[in-house]
This record gives sequence, structure tokens and C-alpha cells, in this order.
Amino acid sequence: MIGLWSVPLLFALPLSLGILSLLVVPKWRPRLIFLGLPLLAAASLDVLAGLATVGPTVYRLGDWAAPLGINLVVDGLAVGMILMTTLVTSLCALYAWVYLRDHPSSTTFFWPLLWFLWAGMNGIWLAEDIFNLYVGLEVMGLAAVGMVALRATPQALAAAMRYLLAALLGSLAYLLGVALLYGAYGTLSMAGLQEAATNNATTQVALALIILGLLLKTALFPLHAWLPPAHGGALTPVSALLSALVIKASFYILMRLWLVLGPEVTPEFTAQFLGVLGAGAVFYGGWMAWRQHHLKQLVAYSTVAQIGYLFLFFPLVTNTGPEAARLAWDGTLMMLIAHALAKAALFLSAGNLILAVGSPQISHLVGISRFRPMSLFSFGLAGVSLMGLPPSGGFTGKWLLLHSAILSGQWWWLIVLFLGGLLSAAYIFKVFRMSFREGPQIDRSVTPPLTLDVTALILASVAILIGLTAHLPLHWLRMGSVFGVG
Amino acid sequence: MDWNSLILLGVLATSLVASGVIFLLAESRLVLRTVVNLTAAVLKLVLVGWIVLGVYQAIEYEFRFTIIEGVDFILRADALGIMFVGLSSLLWLFTTIYAIGYLEKAPNRSRFFGFFSLCVASTVGIALAGNLFTFLLFYELLTLSTYPLVVHRGTRESLRAGQVYLYYTLGGGALLLFGVVALHVLIGDTEFVPGGSLAGLDPSLHPMLIIIFLMMVIGLGVKAALFPLHAWLPMAMVAPAPVSALLHAVAVVKAGAFGIARVVYDVFGIEFAQSLGLLMPLAVAASITIIYGSLRALAQTDLKKRLAFSTVSQVSYIVLGISLFGPIGAVGGLMHLLHQGLMKITLFFCAGNYAETLGVHKISELDGVGERMPATSVVFTLGAFGMIGIPPMAGFISKWYLGVGALEAQMNWVLGVLILSSLLNAAYFLPILYRIWFRKRDRLWCEGKVLGRFETQASLLFPTLLTAAFALAAGILAGMPFSPLYWAELIVGREYLQ
Repeated sequence: MIGLWSVPLLFALPLSLGILSLLVVPKWRPRLIFLGLPLLAAASLDVLAGLATVGPTVYRLGDWAAPLGINLVVDGLAVGMILMTTLVTSLCALYAWVYLRDHPSSTTFFWPLLWFLWAGMNGIWLAEDIFNLYVGLEVMGLAAVGMVALRATPQALAAAMRYLLAALLGSLAYLLGVALLYGAYGTLSMAGLQEAATNNATTQVALALIILGLLLKTALFPLHAWLPPAHGGALTPVSALLSALVIKASFYILMRLWLVLGPEVTPEFTAQFLGVLGAGAVFYGGWMAWRQHHLKQLVAYSTVAQIGYLFLFFPLVTNTGPEAARLAWDGTLMMLIAHALAKAALFLSAGNLILAVGSPQISHLVGISRFRPMSLFSFGLAGVSLMGLPPSGGFTGKWLLLHSAILSGQWWWLIVLFLGGLLSAAYIFKVFRMSFREGPQIDRSVTPPLTLDVTALILASVAILIGLTAHLPLHWLRMGSVFGVG
Repeated sequence: MDWNSLILLGVLATSLVASGVIFLLAESRLVLRTVVNLTAAVLKLVLVGWIVLGVYQAIEYEFRFTIIEGVDFILRADALGIMFVGLSSLLWLFTTIYAIGYLEKAPNRSRFFGFFSLCVASTVGIALAGNLFTFLLFYELLTLSTYPLVVHRGTRESLRAGQVYLYYTLGGGALLLFGVVALHVLIGDTEFVPGGSLAGLDPSLHPMLIIIFLMMVIGLGVKAALFPLHAWLPMAMVAPAPVSALLHAVAVVKAGAFGIARVVYDVFGIEFAQSLGLLMPLAVAASITIIYGSLRALAQTDLKKRLAFSTVSQVSYIVLGISLFGPIGAVGGLMHLLHQGLMKITLFFCAGNYAETLGVHKISELDGVGERMPATSVVFTLGAFGMIGIPPMAGFISKWYLGVGALEAQMNWVLGVLILSSLLNAAYFLPILYRIWFRKRDRLWCEGKVLGRFETQASLLFPTLLTAAFALAAGILAGMPFSPLYWAELIVGREYLQ
């Protein structure tokens, strides 16, 4: 079978590289990326080729059957997430390779943590049963907490501590839910649950616990309080990774579970409630982002807002008819991927702007458009996608969600998408406004190394281009899902 | 992919590529930047000329690819679109030359010309868009690429103007997006076809269609500066003169008026829009804007502000022409799209020349300017005559057709609007002309710049003279092939024969 043998490599490789990086001398740790990135890129593309040739399958690890062995799901969604992770993580790693030269004390643990984080994420994308999802969540969560703590300032440590508590509490709630489901149905696999699960009190309690845990980990309003200090205060490449990818993993689990359990079990009330929380996130996050004075805090609150859009998935997909549900699926995934790319680009370019002026204050960006046009250009491209303006992935996602909302007759979500877009325009242009202002002529700035600018620009450009070519990725992502043809 | 679709992409690519290259050039590469700018502008003009000939012979130019299921990106050259492309490419060339002279030694020129080219690329995209989705895409891109130009000076005032500009245009864009998505839900991909594609829909959907029409026209009316959505336009006058020319003549307000034409003719269809009773309110809104803009213009003491309110008024002639049910009014409106562009850009260039050469901004400072800058003043006079509608200037022909069209559509009150507006135009332009030619100079001008052989820099003077020549020719040679009148009749022939 072409391609599929590289499926286990997707988490075996980063795990081994993580261990290897602990064994080599610190000087060699960053250099491992030149071994790891090509290998992981090759493995990801190979899995994509496998998907294209054999179609969506379940891969049995070591060829052991399900209850004993571990099943990995290789469908369009999983492969899409893997490719997204590979692209974003590789570029962030390249960025970090240059960026961390100025933070020598942080490099000791950054690289091992990066590999473990990657292994955890790939484990989540591929896992077919809810317990292995838990394992992935823990590996990823602990690595993420460690990365936040890397900048050993008191604020960073406090943020990391808060993040640790939230992450552990979230996993605990999730694990309780999993245990209840296992007790009730004697199965952990998604396929098994799909057959066995019925609508009863145990299922509802388990679902509530799982949702609660995952919401806390995704930082959906009003459980978002841990996110801005953790994402805004971390080292720039860490912020980018956490905001772009890590919070998506817990959302991904919820999305998969929701579709697996089906409308029998997932109550419409809960769906609407999740949508309302999402709307709250869009408004509150956008408003708070607009009020920030620190550039990276603004970007972090923007994440709080953007998470909200993803949760419109639940009301739009529950009991709404096949066409509206398919559009909701397409739109949410487009939003998710566009946000991953754009937010990583936004954090990286924000980091570049901060390096250039030597201050995290937005008000110190006066006149920056004159001397750091490239950093600002990446910031702008990423901003276009976040505002949902065309042509960009964010726009295409918004278009699909609007379409779905009208088709399912839920016009109230239109207002969320309408005002959310204007709010994000308000905070993005807040930065731009400052950069165009002509202040006292102190055209003095540090020039960040070219690699830092180029990685941010690549991510931002992909966020724009994916909106124009959305046809193809969306077609792949549907493979193997309830919305797919094959 | 055949040659014809490649040419179409080429028209878009010339300014898009130019913009990318200019962004990458260092601030000091003056010569290279100028070469890139002018080469792209000339190349684009040649390609557009080629397509104009093709469209005249009814050759199809189309380029499309699928973005998401059921939504295509379509570029297509039809008679209406290529008219707008022709206008903006011609004026882009002149404005670029003018801007190079105007911004000599000013800071941030790479940024300026980069966004300038991007702006023109968006305008071309708007003109060539073959469906509502593609139109929307470039319409929003236009908003984004003009913002940096409006705030270019970076002063408190210009940042404030930029902010107001964004409030209006982003809000309008969001409304337009709603309208477009709603139409998509009803009928799928909305391609522009002569005669529209909505007439066959079930009558129970008609109230919905009226709401959609309203949302789209409000969204487009923001850029077309329809009253009461016009406030951003006079505020944006703080930007440098070439930007004003761009906003008023080449791109922004034109994009709004052009969009309304597209929606009325090629989405709803003129007859269907009439049967829904949508044209009358549009005509009333346009008439109110025409009168209101002229009244406000009367009260301005700043030359550029007066011209800005004059634009508010003049652009609504286009909308008025579209909303007159009948081919003659339509010819008048569409023709005015070109005429207003040529005349207004001339007037703005003149205002820029006065400001750059003599430091004159207020109308009261214009006393005796005619003696010092005769060429600019003659040209300004011609432009003002055109705006008032004195024959044989182009503006007269527009107004004539609008008037006859109004009678044909049995909307005689429009005639009153036209007459009143012409009187008001005269009332705010003639005092300026009086000051220029008949008053004696009563103050010292601050003549800062070192000048060449002419009354002002050559790069400022010649574009002004050329646009004025075009505006004059459009009026005198209106009967010749490829004049604005001729082309507008061609469009209307194709639209109304459906």
C-alpha cells in the first residue's frame, strides 16, 4: 500500500526527534530541524498521496485489530490537519531557529518541547478512539505549557501556571466523560460509539463533561481567560504555534465527536448554546482586542474572537438539512485553516514589528510603514484574512458560513458574522493607523533577519491564496466524512 | 487557455505586477520606479485598445476558474465593462505622470505608487468581473488599496479621514456581501448577463428581491457617494491631488456608479427592475443627491472641497441615467461615466497645479491667477463649462440625453432637476472663473518650486492639458466612432435588445 506505511511515522518521527534532541549537546538541538522538517514533510505528503490512491481508510497500528491494537483514521479531515500542521510548524520552527539566537537560555528546552508538541498534535489528528485522543491532548497540552514557561519572567510563569491548571482541568473533565461513555457502552472507538450510543442521561452527562473540558482547552468565551496572557506573553514562535494549531486540536475532537454521535444524541439546544457562546466570543474578543495597547495582546484577543466563528458550526450542522450542513462543514474548516495560517503569520509579523521598534506598545509603531514595509505587509495580508475580506481564506470561509446560515433560516448568525467582521477590521486598522502616522522623524529601527520576514510572508500569502483555490482542499477534506462522496 | 483569456489576464496583471515590483523597490530608485510605472500603464492601454476593438466586433473574452463548488472567478470583457476599463487605464497613465511630478521629493513614494497600482488593478477587476462574486472580491480590494492613499500624508486630519472612509466603505461592503450571498442562495452563481437573470423567479420572492436590491444599492451607493452616504468623500480631500483624481474620476466613485449599472442592467434587468418599482426610488435618490451636492458646493470656500461636492452631484447623473427607464436616458448616464471622469480629473489637476505652484487652496486666493497661469486657467474654464453643461462641451451632451431620456420615460420632473442643477453648477463655478480672469491679483503667492520653461512643472501641466483635450474631443467629436456617445449607444443597444 502506497503511502500508508508512513502514517505511524507522523508521530513516531517527532517523538524520536524529541528524545534525540534531549540527548545531543544544546548547540546541535536547533540543527535537528534540518533533519526533521524534510522527513516530516515527506511523510505528510506521502500520506496525502496514500489518501489520493486508496481513499479514506482506517490504519491498524501493527496490524492488531481494534480493541487490542490502535486504530488510526486516515481521512480527508485528518490529512488536511496534518498538512496544515506540517506547514505551520515547519515555518514557525525556521522562524524560531533564527529568533531564538537572541534568547539562548530558552533554546535548551524549546526544541524538545516543539517535537513533543508536534507528536501530540499528529496523534490527535489521527486517533480513532477517544482515549488515544486524551493521550494526545495531554502530550500536546504539557508541551504547550512548557513552551509558555520558556520566557522565565514572573508574568510568563504565572501565565504558564494558569494555562497548566486550565489544561489539566480540561483534560480531567474530558477523561471523566470518556470513562462514563466507556462504562456505558464498553467501547472507546468512534465507530463503536456511532453504533452503540443512544440518547440517555449517562450519554448526556458524559457529553456535557467532554464539551466542558474541550471548551476550556479551546478557550471559548467565557472560559478564555487563560489564553491572552499565555499566548500574548510567550516567545513569538510559541505564540504562533499555540494560537494557530494547539487550540484547534480540542475543537477538532469536539467536531468529530459531534458528527459521530449524530443528531440522535446531540441536542439542538446544546448546539444553539455553543453558537451563542461563539457569538459572545466574537463580540467580546473583538472588543477586547480593539482595547489592547500591547501588540501581541491584541493578536491574542483576536484569537479569542476568531475561535467564536468555529463554534457556529454546531448550530449550523445540527438538524439543518444536508446542503446547509455541508456548507457549514466547508465553511468551518476553511475558517479553521485560514485562521491557522493567518494567525501564525500575524503573530510572527507582530514579533518582527516588535523587534524592529524594540517595544511591544502599539503606540510605538508610529511611522513604521516607512521603514519596515515588508513586516507590515505580512501583517496586512494576514489581517485581510482575519477580517474576512476578499480575496482570502477567511473570506471564503465567511461566505460559506453566511450561505449556510441563510439556507438553514438562522438569520441571527448573520449578525454575528457581520459585526464580527467590522470589529476585526477595527482592531487590525488600529495597528495600521498607527503605522501610517507621521511622527517625529526618528527613522531608526532594528532590521530583523530576512528569514523572520520571509516565513511570516509565506504564511500570510498561503492564507490569501487558499481562499482563491478553496475548491481543491475542500474537496479533499470532505473525503471520508459524512459529507464526502467517496 | 486561449489567447483571448490571456489578454484579459494581462490587463489585470500589468498593474498588479507593477504594484508588486514597486513595493519591493527601494525608496531611492526613482528612475526604475518611473520606468516600471509608465511601462505598465502604456502596456495596459495597448492591451485595452486591442480588447476594445475585439469587443466592438463582438469577440468573446472570458477567463474563469472554480473557487468553491458553485462559485466561479470570472473575468469577461463586455461593452459596459471595457468602457470603464478604458477610462481607468487612460486616466491611470495621466495620473501616474501627474503624480510623479506632484510627489517629487516627497517621502514614501514606493508605498504610494505601489498602492496606486493596486488600486487601478482592483478597478480593472471590478470592470471585468463576470459575476457578482468576482465583482465583490475586487470591490473590497479597492477599499483596502485606497485606504493607504487616503491616509498617505499621515497627519491627524488625514488619519481621521481614513477612519471615516473605512467606516463607510467597510459597512457598505458588508451590506453588499449580504445581498450577494442572499442572491446566491436564491439562484446560485449570479453571472452578469444582459437583461438580467432574475425575471423568471417566483413572484413570492419579489419582496425578498427588493430587500436584496436595497442592500446592494446601499452598499454600492457608499462608494458612489449617494446622499446620505457621501460624507467620506469631501473629508478624503486631505489626500494629495493625484489621490483625489483617483477617488473622483478613475476609481472609487466610478466603481460605485458602475456597480449600480451592473446590478440594474445585468443582474435584475432594466425591465424587471422597472416592474418591481425599483427605478423610481433610485431616480429620486439620485435627484436629491444632485441638488444637495450642488447646494453644499455653493457653500464651500476651499477649491478642492467645492470640487468634491460637485462630484457628489455629478456622479448621481450617472445613477439618474441608469434609473430612467428607456434607452436614451441610459445612453446619457453611461456616457456621463466617461465624461464626468475626464472633466473632473482635469479640474482636480488644475486645482493641484494652483496649489503646487502658487500655494493657492482657497477660492478667495484665486484672484488674477489667469494671468500667471493661463494654460491651466483656460483648461479649468473648459472643465467648468463642461460641468455646467454649456455646448459643445461633453457635459452638455450628457445632460441633453438625460433630459430627452426623462421626457421619454415620462418623468418630466427630472427635467426640472437638471435645469436647477445646471443653474446651481453655474452659480458655484462662474464666481471662480470671474476671480480667475477678471479680478486683479491682491496678494503674494508663495511660489516655492523651481519651475521649468512653462507656467508650472511640465509633468503637472501636460497631463492636465491632455485630459482637457480628451474632454473637449468627447464633446465636439461625439458623433465619431468610439466616442463616449458612440460606445454608450453600443452598450445600450446590446442591453435593450435583449
